[in-house]
Amino acid sequence: MKELTFILNGKEIILTADPFKRLLDVLREDLKLTGVKEGCGEGECGACAVLLDGILVNSCLVPVGLVAGREVMTPEGLAETEKGKQIVEALANAGAVQCGFCSPGMAMAAAALLETNATPTEEEIREAISGNLCRCTGYDLIVEGIKEAAKREAGL
Amino acid sequence: MSTAYQPDSLKEALRLRGETGAIPFAGGTDLMVRHKNWTGVPPAFPRDVLFLSPLRELQILERQGETLVVGAGVTFSRIAAFPETPEVLRRAVLSIAAPAIRNIATMTGNVCNASPAGDAICALYALEASVETRSIDSIRAVPIMQFITGPGHTILKKDELVTAIRIPLKPANIQVFRKVGTRKANALAKLSFAAVGTVKGGMIDALSLSFGAVGPTVVRSTELEKQMVGKTLAELKGIIPSLLNDYGATIVPIDDQRSTAAYRKQVALNLLESFLKKIGDREWGSFK
Repeated sequence: MKELTFILNGKEIILTADPFKRLLDVLREDLKLTGVKEGCGEGECGACAVLLDGILVNSCLVPVGLVAGREVMTPEGLAETEKGKQIVEALANAGAVQCGFCSPGMAMAAAALLETNATPTEEEIREAISGNLCRCTGYDLIVEGIKEAAKREAGL
Repeated sequence: MSTAYQPDSLKEALRLRGETGAIPFAGGTDLMVRHKNWTGVPPAFPRDVLFLSPLRELQILERQGETLVVGAGVTFSRIAAFPETPEVLRRAVLSIAAPAIRNIATMTGNVCNASPAGDAICALYALEASVETRSIDSIRAVPIMQFITGPGHTILKKDELVTAIRIPLKPANIQVFRKVGTRKANALAKLSFAAVGTVKGGMIDALSLSFGAVGPTVVRSTELEKQMVGKTLAELKGIIPSLLNDYGATIVPIDDQRSTAAYRKQVALNLLESFLKKIGDREWGSFK
């Protein structure tokens, strides 16, 4: 076990954990932040995506020991930001949410994309969410939602 | 119970590697899956683990003269975005997984996994890259074809770490990478093909071809490449049947969960045939 300090959704947090424990498990079980989902546990589905120092990663592949001193943003944190609110609303408006299991990961992937590319093409949107599996929507409505989110963010 | 070592410097990492033989952990995208446990239970590593990705010394990504140096901690995303990255490697890197994995996975990890299906490895064979290894008191540079000896096997010694991949930046107006897989994102290759070369005045000046996932290591034949170098494009077309026959003998895939031996061999040879017939077409890596 090891004491770790990192920034979680903008606030400093200190916890004691096995450094090998997956960030996903620390978030869901120790910190009760259940926005991240475990789909595959192998980096294939993107349902556990978070932003680590602003870049998109799968929290099932990150041992928490490597998070020390860094910044983590989860879907809960994203939903509190102005940009995050636009993404959440745009996805909902577009009908991009059906069962909802992939939605937090899709929102994180959209946030990562829009952070570096405010006016993405459809191809760029599809590439940005290529690591996120959705078994309900067929993706088109998610792509539409992210297009809308880009427009909404441009108005901020 | 294994220990997680988090060294502050490369020197300390090399000392720990020498003393403990700990498993080098760069991006960890393969290791975390390989040693995965039940949900909520930390992965069970068979030995101590050495976390390398935070080390500054391994973050180097720069052109040094005619060589691109890629530190062992450099992620695929950084390689794809770097302006000096050869096009064939950029295409191979962008065919790997998806953004969230490329954001933490490293090329050195891909090389050390030594999977014959490693997409970056296929491109690195064609580019004649070399692997820089260090121990506390030695440094060596090994051509990638010699570094990898079989599936999951390399000549890395128990006290060594790979510190960088070095890629010669030779002019090449043919740079092709093709991957065949079940899904565009996140699928491992059924097979892959890379070509790097130069055509000057209608003649093959240099050419190296590699095939992934069709043998125990990536397949490259310098002997067969010699038959092509110095030929005009018209002459090359005349020897396509014999080249396909000879390459057919070097391509010895297996059946596994991702594909069959027969499919892999046929598609590898089809890709080779299309490439040789259309060499230089825009679709196959245009002449600059």
